[in-house]
Amino acid sequence: MSFFSTRMLAASAFALMAAAPLHAKTFVYCSEGSPEGFDPAPYTAGTTFDASGHAVYNRLVQFKPGTTEIEPALAESWEVSEDGLTYTFHLRKGVKFHSNDKFTPSRDFNADDVIFTFERQASADHPWHEYIPGITYEYYSSMEMDKLIKSIEKVDDYTVKFTLNQPEAPFLANVAMPFVSIVSKEYADTLEAAGTKEDLNNAPIGTGPFKFVAYQKDAVIRYQKNADYWGEAPKIDDLVFAITPDASVRLQKLKAGECHLMPYPAPADLADIKADPNLKLDEQAGLNVGYLAYNTTVPPFDKPEVRKALNMAMDKKAMVEAVYQGSAEVAKNPIPPTMWSYNDAIEDDKYDPEAAKKMLEEAGVKDLTMEVWAMPVQRPYMPNARRAAEMIQSDFAKVGVKVEIVSYEWGEYLKKSMEEGRKGAVILGWTGDNGDPDNFLSVLLSCAAATPGGANRAFWCNEEFSDILAKAKASSNHEERVKLYEEAQVIFKKEAPWATLAHSTQYVPMAKNVTGFVQSPLGDYTFESVDLTE
Amino acid sequence: MLRFILKKLLYLVPTMIGITLVAFGFIRLLPGDPVLLMAGERGVSPERYAQIAAQLGYDKPVWQQYFHYLGNLLQGDLGNSLVTKKPVLAEFLALFPATVELGLVAIVLATVIGVPVGVIAAIRRGSWFDQISMTGALVGFSMPIFWWGLLLIILFSGVLGWTPVSGRISLMYFFPPVTGFMLIDSLLSGQDGAFASAVSHLILPSIVLATIPLAVIARQTRSAMLEVMGEDYVRTARAKGLSPRRVIGVHALRNAMIPVITTIGLQIGVLLAGAILTETIFSWPGIGKWMIDSISRRDYPVVQSGLLLIAAIVMIVNLIVDLTYGLINPRIRHK
Repeated sequence: MSFFSTRMLAASAFALMAAAPLHAKTFVYCSEGSPEGFDPAPYTAGTTFDASGHAVYNRLVQFKPGTTEIEPALAESWEVSEDGLTYTFHLRKGVKFHSNDKFTPSRDFNADDVIFTFERQASADHPWHEYIPGITYEYYSSMEMDKLIKSIEKVDDYTVKFTLNQPEAPFLANVAMPFVSIVSKEYADTLEAAGTKEDLNNAPIGTGPFKFVAYQKDAVIRYQKNADYWGEAPKIDDLVFAITPDASVRLQKLKAGECHLMPYPAPADLADIKADPNLKLDEQAGLNVGYLAYNTTVPPFDKPEVRKALNMAMDKKAMVEAVYQGSAEVAKNPIPPTMWSYNDAIEDDKYDPEAAKKMLEEAGVKDLTMEVWAMPVQRPYMPNARRAAEMIQSDFAKVGVKVEIVSYEWGEYLKKSMEEGRKGAVILGWTGDNGDPDNFLSVLLSCAAATPGGANRAFWCNEEFSDILAKAKASSNHEERVKLYEEAQVIFKKEAPWATLAHSTQYVPMAKNVTGFVQSPLGDYTFESVDLTE
Repeated sequence: MLRFILKKLLYLVPTMIGITLVAFGFIRLLPGDPVLLMAGERGVSPERYAQIAAQLGYDKPVWQQYFHYLGNLLQGDLGNSLVTKKPVLAEFLALFPATVELGLVAIVLATVIGVPVGVIAAIRRGSWFDQISMTGALVGFSMPIFWWGLLLIILFSGVLGWTPVSGRISLMYFFPPVTGFMLIDSLLSGQDGAFASAVSHLILPSIVLATIPLAVIARQTRSAMLEVMGEDYVRTARAKGLSPRRVIGVHALRNAMIPVITTIGLQIGVLLAGAILTETIFSWPGIGKWMIDSISRRDYPVVQSGLLLIAAIVMIVNLIVDLTYGLINPRIRHK
């Protein structure tokens, strides 16, 4: 053993003995980035939600661990009116907010906190709406909560009634999302009185499994177990996020025992991780899709048979191997197989360059030159867009279509790819927010999304498809919704506005002695159930 | 001397104004838009975009935005980050000590090793030591930092287990920052082993960061020494029978140090550039990584005010270097 580590061990043993109280179990998570802040409402990054919404807070309802099913959380039960317009939540009693050196709650969680949480985001003249200059609530507005919620009413201390403007089945899934994590109104009042409103974002107080202790910017976040947690109390005493942006360094830290679990390993490191006797690798299909969107308003891509022929010219299996290093599955539908209503009866277009060539000839397409857009950034749904575009280029060359690969800076890419009359096909993807099929289909493929500011990059507007989505969204009958979405996928496949490329797999490497970690299909990292065995 | 300092300080004013212009313009010349980047794949409706742009003041003509920025600067307001919504100055002050600590250790390391190596290489010109050290310097100068850092981590932390992989101190030590310098704070904390832990965490990143300056300093010292050794006064010193140690240590080295100190001063800029990569590899919470993240997110206020702060510090360091000349070389002081 080296000089330093021997000294450190001896010294740290001493430090631990001297420190009181003694914390037996410290779990270290090598997180991939710094949180933007600790108020979950104004931010949109998953990294921020892991550090704030999931660790410190709870919501009215939550996703059952490992699934996208809704289960009770701060609301013990709820009723939905016949017309689907009123949601009445019955709140859990005896839930305690955390305390810190400036705040000790005098009361339990109640309806005032729920109303405060929603109203500060909803109403521009709420005193907490812009409590930090320049703060906005992007999730609240992009999930269209502002248009959806008509009113929120406190029936009594433990009952809250939401009235909607139109029936919307995904509403429950929306209120399980981190941006509506329940914030203590009493804490906000205390901060306001002290003139330190910004501490809502610096020193969060929630009801969640872990209490926030300290954050050292870009380095470490420390939490302590919430002993008064209303749910099953965490098994670890201390939770530490060691912020480590580089994937290779994260792996080295994991191997050296400096942390217990890490997100987002580099695909190239997977074999090494599997071979390491001290590590284990958890894998799960991700709730995402990578796609190539044609512009269905520009000839010859306005013809479904042309799009279909190009899809048949694409060797997606080879792409999964080369681009995703095998850690993905070929996509045939726009929604991933782990999502409810996935239509497995649909058959993917067969890879058949000969037939594709013939189909293109029949459609009158000759000497076609097209652009394929390659994103400049890596995403779990698309680890290497440049390589994917090159493979498409060589596949299309075999059917006589010349491809020119273009790319832009990420912000430009997002903007230009939504410009009307855009040339060529765009590589992009999506990761689900809340596990509802509507969160894929409406956001990415509805007529409403084919307008500026939307995300329908195929500019594909099929009335029948959009009507089905609208019907499904308004229905509160789950079986009916499943049927409708299955139907919608049939239309999608027939019309082929995209080439669906792949659904990537999520990998979570961890030390052998970690137990109880449950991967979330939504890509959240939560630690209330983890434990460390000797 | 005071006049000399005042004059130098006066020069800083127009330079700073120039820097505000460059920093302000540079980030806006880059394609990309902070609002679009925040919205991501989902996109943002034109109405919402206009609303946010108005809230941030980005709907106004760029020159108006610039004067607004200058006005705020004069009142000491460096703006708030678009991403974290926190004051730029507070973020800078929280992160800056980490970069300074790493940079200081690296530059001391580079100087303490680089100068003697250069001197010996010059005295023993053409020897095996000269050849090996100068080849090493060439390799060091061309070293790709990211690769080099990762290699050291894999070897010393992964295979040998001698050093920690990343961070500033072992996670088991937890004390509030007092000075922001971990070496000092760990001593102040009074926790046993904290200082040793902080030192062990500094080893690899400071080696990586010192690599390029070390190579430059060694080569510069060697060539400056060679030049000085050929001067008349060195020959005279030798001729009057002074010991070789006195000839080299006092007559040659003291004169050779002037270009070397210039080089060391110039390395401050190189260090800041190297800090960007070094901080990213070693998860070092400093300003290099902070700037890179802000540029990629088009966080305008952080980039423009951050660059301004960094530039101000580089200029102050250069001023100090200028003053050091005076101490070493009386001719400059008396001019």
